[in-house]
Parts: sequence; C-alpha cells; structure tokens
Amino acid sequence: MSDDKKVLIANGQGFWGDSLLGPLRLVEEGPLDYLTLDYLAEVTMSIMQKQKLRNPDAGYATDFVDMLRQILPRCKEKGIKVIANAGGVNPKGCRDAIQQVVKELGLKGVKVGIVEGDDILDQLPELMKSGESFKNLDNGDDLSTILDRISSANVYIGAKPIADALAQGADIVVTGRATDPSLVVAPLIHEFGWSLDDYDKLAAGTVMGHILECGPQCTGGNYNDWRKVPDFARIGYPVVEASADGSFVVTKHEGTGGLVNIDTVTSQLLYELGDPKNYLGPDCTSDFTTIQLDDDGKDRVRVSGIKGSAPTPTYKVSMSYANGYKIVGQLTYTGPDAVEKAQLGADILFERVGMYGKAIPEEDRFVELFGTNVCYKGIVKQSEAPAEVMLRVGAKSNDKNLLNILGRELAPLITSGPVGVTGFAAGRPRPTEIVGYWPALIDKNKVTTTVIVEEV
Amino acid sequence: MAKVKLMDVAIARSGDKGDGSNVGIKARTPAIYEFLKENLTTERVKAHFSEICFGDVERYDLPNLQALNFILEDSLGGGGTETLIMDAQGKVHSLALLHMEMDIPDALLAEVK
Repeated sequence: MSDDKKVLIANGQGFWGDSLLGPLRLVEEGPLDYLTLDYLAEVTMSIMQKQKLRNPDAGYATDFVDMLRQILPRCKEKGIKVIANAGGVNPKGCRDAIQQVVKELGLKGVKVGIVEGDDILDQLPELMKSGESFKNLDNGDDLSTILDRISSANVYIGAKPIADALAQGADIVVTGRATDPSLVVAPLIHEFGWSLDDYDKLAAGTVMGHILECGPQCTGGNYNDWRKVPDFARIGYPVVEASADGSFVVTKHEGTGGLVNIDTVTSQLLYELGDPKNYLGPDCTSDFTTIQLDDDGKDRVRVSGIKGSAPTPTYKVSMSYANGYKIVGQLTYTGPDAVEKAQLGADILFERVGMYGKAIPEEDRFVELFGTNVCYKGIVKQSEAPAEVMLRVGAKSNDKNLLNILGRELAPLITSGPVGVTGFAAGRPRPTEIVGYWPALIDKNKVTTTVIVEEV
Repeated sequence: MAKVKLMDVAIARSGDKGDGSNVGIKARTPAIYEFLKENLTTERVKAHFSEICFGDVERYDLPNLQALNFILEDSLGGGGTETLIMDAQGKVHSLALLHMEMDIPDALLAEVK
C-alpha cells in the first residue's frame, strides 16, 4: 500500500426521506470509492417491525432497493461500493430484493453482503435473565414498565462486521442498526488495514462519519451565512478524501453547488453533540476537542490530529414501544383579534369534545398559536397584533377514539366559531401512535453479529 | 462597547438530544471566542431560554474549534417522537441563541467586520 493512497467516501442519504438526487448525482458527478447511506431513524425500526409482522418479506428500506436499481450499473462501471443500514429488521429480505434487482439489470458478479445480529427483540427475555437490565439511559427507569409494549429492540453495532463483509469481497453491504459513523469507519479499516485497537485512527473515521452523516449539512445546508452559499439547488453532497494516517479532506464534487469551509464543517461537528471529549461509539471513544481544521483551498477543509481511546464494554441499544396516541390539527385565524379568536377556537374545540361524554384532561391538551413567536418564546419580542396566526391544536391520549372526535370537530369551527378562519386544506387530522424511544446498554459479549456475503 | 446580537459575531447549529437539545456556537474570531468563553455562561443561556428550556443547561468548551456546546435539558416539550410542538427537534434553538444581545468591545467587533 502506498502512503499517498486516498479513499473517497461520500454519504448520499443523511436521513430516511432525504433527496434521491444525492446518491444519483454522487455516482455521476465525480470520482468515488464508497457510497454510504443512512436509512434508519429511531422511529423507523418500529415501523419496519410492524411491516414485517404483516409480511415476513418486508421490514427493510424499500426505497433503498428502488434507488439501487438506478445507480447500480454506474457503481459497477466505476467500482463504487455501497454501504447502507437499509436492512432495517430484515437484512435478508433486503438482500433478496437487491439480488432480484441485480438479475433484472443483467449485472454479473455482484456480491451482496449482509450483517445481522443487531435485532435482539426476540432475545430480550433470555438477555434479561442473564443479567441485562436495559434500564433507561435517560431517566434510569426499569424496563418492566414498558416490557409488554416493546415493538423493536436493536443494538447499534460497529464497523467490524461491515469491514469483514468488505474483506469477503462485498460490493454492497446492508446492515440493520449500525451507527452512522461505523458505515464510514468500516471501509477505512478494510482499505488501510487499520487495527481495531488503533483508537486514534478509528476516532478519525468516527469524526469523518459524524461530518458526513447528515449529507449536505456540511456543504452549506442549514448554514448561518446562507447568502454566501452558491447554487443551493445543486448542492454537492459531501465527499471525503481519506488518508491512511487518519487525516482527511472534506470536499464535494467539482461543479456542484454549496460550499465547504471551516465554518460549514464546524457547524456539522457541533450537530447533536454531547460531551465533546467523550463521543461514545461502538468502535472507540472520540475526543472532539482534538480535531484540527485547516483551510485546504476552495471547498476543501483538512481534518487532522484526532485522538481516540478504547470504547466502552457496552453497546447502545435502541428500543421502541407503543406509548399511546397523539393528534395535531391546524386552522388559520386572521385579524383583527387573530390571537384571541384562535385561543377561543381551541377552547370551543375542547369543550365540544367533552360534550360527546369524555373530556380530554387539561394536561393532555396541546395548543400552539403559531405566529406568536412559538420558536423564539421569550426571546424575540412578540408582535402586538399579528394579522394572522395558525392554531395548532391537539392532544395525547391512550384513547384513540377520543382523539378521533377531536380531529372530526376541528373543521366545524369554521362555520360555528369566531370569524376569520381558513386553511383547512390539509384535511381532517388523524391520531397516530406515539412511538416511545427507550435507550439502554448491553454487554458487548452478549451480542453476536454474523456476516453473509453471496454473489448473485 | 456596542450592543450586538450574537449572530453578528458567531454561527451556531442545534439538534435534539433526548428530551433536550444541544446548541453549538462557533465564534467568528479567536478574540470573540475568548470573550464568549468568559461571558456566555450557562446562567445567561438558561435565562435567555427561560420560556423554552425547563431543565439544566450544561456547557462544554471546544477551544480547537473556537466553539462552545450547550446542552439544554427538557427543552422540546417532551422530546423525540412524543412532543407536539412545532420545533420538535430544537432545530432553530441555534438561531434562538444567536438572537441574544451582548455588549461587546468595539475592538473585537472591528475584527469581525
């Protein structure tokens, strides 16, 4: 391996629902070795478990497979490998769907790898018997309080099994729940032969993953100096040029919109950050106070100096559970007296719901008068008399029917309440299940990951 | 000394952390960073967000990035998937912080402009 070897890694999907243009353009508009994609949010796993219950072949990100259909020929031609946590709760099902696409496209010699072992939903009883408490990391609550309502339980696995899949020749690697940075650390371990106890290197890869994980949020998106950002429509998704020593350059493909500078990269480093000295991950603990950023020319920022240390002996576990229902609807009130009328509208609504026989308790009600500085409450001086406000009104309840009554009684306020109401185009709101989120820990020794790589 | 909004001397980004949020703020110059380190205390941030943040405020310093990271506990009306508020993930807590006004020495402001 030569010292000046560079590995190019991009992230084409910052979250489930991100623009399809990201991956489509990344494989076309410049050089690339690895395309990583993040499909899983906390709520996603719960939705996917439900899909799998209805259909054993479902339970993965189907939009990933649809997207692959469009980029695979190009990836094959350019030798771009794809790593995604699109497997959800059914990596095998995802793999089968990918293999079908590969066949339909008439491509030969494509190896698809899957990583399993993150889904511990069925093992929870025995794991608890073996001493795992799964106490809530945020508030210390005991799992027994929600045990009968759990809908998914997944371990955030690390880079090693993904790197193993790459070592076995996988062109596409699909995981269930893996941390976003691990999707990026894995190809670095594979390409540079980094040792799993070389924590400075793994920390560098982790920081790289953190910078990449929200896609264009490090190339000008959501950036304070937005007037300086050229061509937002064609904003370039981030690409890193990684070196064997752990240093790397954050950049984007030439000719794309957006911009990369120390401020755009710093902004993303600060995103969703906790204690910067102890950024915990499955592969290592990273120290964000050691990150050195340097200007490396137009749209290039060099990142170096990163220190890491051994990871904790536990993996993070993410569980979801059914936690009742919620509903929110909206109506727009215009002035004069928009605020007063909107508040009256909400009062009437809750009173009418009660007239069906059961009132919604005060503490479960929700009223937000958008246009009265709800985002900047107490910070920016409120307009004395806004010409229009949007009433956002709703409630939480375990009684879905009660919330349905609220949803049904919203529109009638237009014809039976104070004057100046509009904006019901969105239609009648429906109750949705509240998916509770339960973070916990598990002893690493109790988790077994498996890697399967098959050629189509 | 001039009263300016932090948005004139810093940039920021925020996101959700459980039922709270984090707000990372980066000074536009090293001198502004030193000034913010001295003056942008957790007490001050807590008071600024008094109608949004109902828990503790913690601060972590990142001198290498000329940045401070604030954790605003209990600031999302329940947090995560449970909250009904518009800014459910604290996405604009960053700009909310940058609306804070501070008296900043002219010499420091001259460097920014």
